[in-house]
Amino acid sequence: MTVSRRNFLKISGMAGAVFSLGFYVPKHGEGAKIVKAAEAENFGVEMNAWIHIDTSGKVTIFSHRAEMGQGVYQAIPQMVAEELEVNLDEVNIVFAKGDQKKYGNQITGGSSTVRGSYKNLLNLSATAREMLIQAAAANWNVAKADCYAEAGHVIHKPSGKKANYGELVVDASKLETPKNVVLKKRSEYKLIGKPMLRQDTKLKTNGTATFGLDKQIPGMLYAAVERNPRLRGKVKSFDDSAARKIPGVKYVVKTRMGVFNTYREGVAVVADSTWAALQGKKALKVVWDDSGFEHLSTDEIYKRQREALQTQEGLSFKKQGDPAAIIAQAPKKLDVMYETPYQYHSCMEPLNCVAHYQPDKLEIWGPIQAPDWVQDYISKEMNIPREKVIVNMTFLGGGFGRKAFMDYPHEASVISKEVGAPIQVIWTREDDATQGPYRPGITYRCEGVVDNGEISAFKVKLAGQNVSHWQGGKKDAPNRSASEGFLKPYFDTIKNLSIQDVPFETPIPTMWWRSVYASTNGFAYESFLDELAVEAGKDPLTFRREHLKEERLNKLIDKMEDVSGWKNRKAKEGYGTAITECFASTVGQVVKVSRTADGKLKIDHVWAVMDCGWYVNPDTIKAQIEGSIVMALGAATHHQVTFKDGIPVDKNFYSYQLPRITDIPPIDIYIMENDADAGGVGEPGLPAFAPALTNAIFDLTGKRIRKLPFDMATV
Amino acid sequence: MAIIKCNINGREQSLDVDPQMPLLWAIRDVVGLKGTKYGCGVAQCGACTVHLNGEAVRSCVTKVSRISGQKVVTIEGLSANNDHPVQRAWQEIDVPQCGYCHSGQIMSAAVLLRENPNPTDEDIDTAMAGNICRCGTYLRIRKAIHLAAGMDRKVGRNE
Ligand code: FES
Ligand code: FES
Repeated sequence: MTVSRRNFLKISGMAGAVFSLGFYVPKHGEGAKIVKAAEAENFGVEMNAWIHIDTSGKVTIFSHRAEMGQGVYQAIPQMVAEELEVNLDEVNIVFAKGDQKKYGNQITGGSSTVRGSYKNLLNLSATAREMLIQAAAANWNVAKADCYAEAGHVIHKPSGKKANYGELVVDASKLETPKNVVLKKRSEYKLIGKPMLRQDTKLKTNGTATFGLDKQIPGMLYAAVERNPRLRGKVKSFDDSAARKIPGVKYVVKTRMGVFNTYREGVAVVADSTWAALQGKKALKVVWDDSGFEHLSTDEIYKRQREALQTQEGLSFKKQGDPAAIIAQAPKKLDVMYETPYQYHSCMEPLNCVAHYQPDKLEIWGPIQAPDWVQDYISKEMNIPREKVIVNMTFLGGGFGRKAFMDYPHEASVISKEVGAPIQVIWTREDDATQGPYRPGITYRCEGVVDNGEISAFKVKLAGQNVSHWQGGKKDAPNRSASEGFLKPYFDTIKNLSIQDVPFETPIPTMWWRSVYASTNGFAYESFLDELAVEAGKDPLTFRREHLKEERLNKLIDKMEDVSGWKNRKAKEGYGTAITECFASTVGQVVKVSRTADGKLKIDHVWAVMDCGWYVNPDTIKAQIEGSIVMALGAATHHQVTFKDGIPVDKNFYSYQLPRITDIPPIDIYIMENDADAGGVGEPGLPAFAPALTNAIFDLTGKRIRKLPFDMATV
Repeated sequence: MAIIKCNINGREQSLDVDPQMPLLWAIRDVVGLKGTKYGCGVAQCGACTVHLNGEAVRSCVTKVSRISGQKVVTIEGLSANNDHPVQRAWQEIDVPQCGYCHSGQIMSAAVLLRENPNPTDEDIDTAMAGNICRCGTYLRIRKAIHLAAGMDRKVGRNE
């Protein structure tokens, strides 16, 4: 079933006459066009988002973004309700199915939901409002200028006459779509910029929110898969005699899934309950063919990275001036290495996917961040016309980048086809933890010279896997994200600077992890800046300020100083700071540490200041930053993925230790007020935390931490 | 297979299952209540927390045979209208992000508050340390438990 407007109306339970307005982007890079949805259907364009108002006044938005915890469910209705002038609780939101042709890039990643669509959505909503006002004015035969909209009604100011939107939808549908409607000013907002409760919360307090794992369809069987523990390789042979004896086990089949440009093979046990499938998986005996790739261990990976950084120059990402010459001649220079680990996304909801393969179509349900990619990929891989691949998104129990990937829906589809029944593949926590793809671990070599209180030379080389290579990126080009996280205005003041990428490969599949390269770069660059500040004998925030000649950043630093009491701190009291930028938002953090009576290191407080420009819901932003800091705390002080003989070592939470409630310090979050373009919210809070923490530890103890993760108990 | 008779959310059930099956999968796959979540399967994360005769247990490591003749309450049965004080506090503070861990968080918090109606931060940390939240909603969990502690507690049905 394709989601035509008519079908949509059926699905969403709307009946009778409906006023439907939507926008579409004619070509990449062109401005959005707003049209009536019925017209769009006639001339064959597909909408990016639609607003529908029915005769009862009910408003439904059709959105094409996934909800994985970052509050899309709430941000989109809040924007629409503002310009449409309706109460927030009258706005419902329905998610689109995956279809890139229709909705453009649907991936929920790069903190892009609000960033990418807000102007179009505001415009769309304001246009609908103007059409409803116009319809009312025409009905009453009064001047449009004397009418205004409020709370789902149009009101004629002089007479007090009032009409519900529902009464106006028929007439509004007949009007021409006006151009260039005027949007509200920030000072006129009633909803945007105010803390608002999320609409999905109630579903998440009584167990009714349907996550991928909760999806059930008639006749569905459960599948558990034994996959190659070395992240690659093939099934040589398998013995399923014990597995087949387990009551409830129906099929055992060889399966596979695409992992970038390779395939991962496995053996699937399909049963009538999850439990039977899991027992069957345990009973399998599989012999793997692990030839043709290296079986690396963590020590070896980092040894090679360090050697490469000592002996090689890399591909140039950025070069200005001649830092190498200054470094060579300087009487004193810093030359240090920073090391960051591989990390696992560890979504609370392990991967899973329901697939139902039928001769004429394939339907998929799951916690999916990028439905359009899934549709595209599976259509090609399984040779099914793309319109016959239907991808449904459920709630996501966490995503962090991992669920923007096609392997698990592909595997589910292959198994469903093989056994001829609808199936749900469930990944155990152990599968989820040991199968990758992971955030790549990266080593940085940082060299620098300070002269007269300023950075006179700055040279960073990094060696680590380039996630774009897995997606066919060019290998002779430097990592495009080599400085992601580092504030760009530094490039204006550091005249002698070079950033290089020393190519580094392993057979370990890698991909994005929340805030991507900023999550590792931030630690190296911002720790190194701190070292340079110390070398220059300067206050670390003053030192940054002197190298950042931009008003917005200076205001951010003012705020950081202000809220954290930075200027009143005593020498070596345990304060550290870092500022990073990614996805068009900047976050500065100050961390305060101390030692407890028994000598243990403790985080007393975290202050975070976010500058994300124009924003919708401060409460969502605060929640995202809190969560980002907790995630960063785990990655800095708790867990890492290590490999032994090519196999990931930690299999579950008893050794891959995530932060718990007992680990969480007080966190205060502040948001800068300005009208700059909206930046991302879900990821930018993460990168600054680790360096702010280790810089604070240096301030307190004089010990410089250059390798993550580290153990707070033993510093 | 064996017949296990028990009471789940106030309803008598008779489940025809492998007695070794963890309660988690019996609740989810056999009874069809999907609110109780799988997170680790080894009593490390608390996503699967339910009440067994009023005590918080990890259903992923509780064999279904153990609930024979016993009373189980899942998140779906905690209150009639999503209005147990813990649920109301969770809603008021907008605690969940992805929400996946919160069935378990709420079930743990409900037991904590029954036993300790006015917990300190330390009491909360101790009681909730078995529940992981990957989205990092811990500060709000603490705040919401304090809020719930101050609420009228007459509402919960199966507590
Ligand atoms: S699933 Fe039971 S504690 Fe994690
Ligand atoms: S809200 Fe996502 S794991 Fe807790």
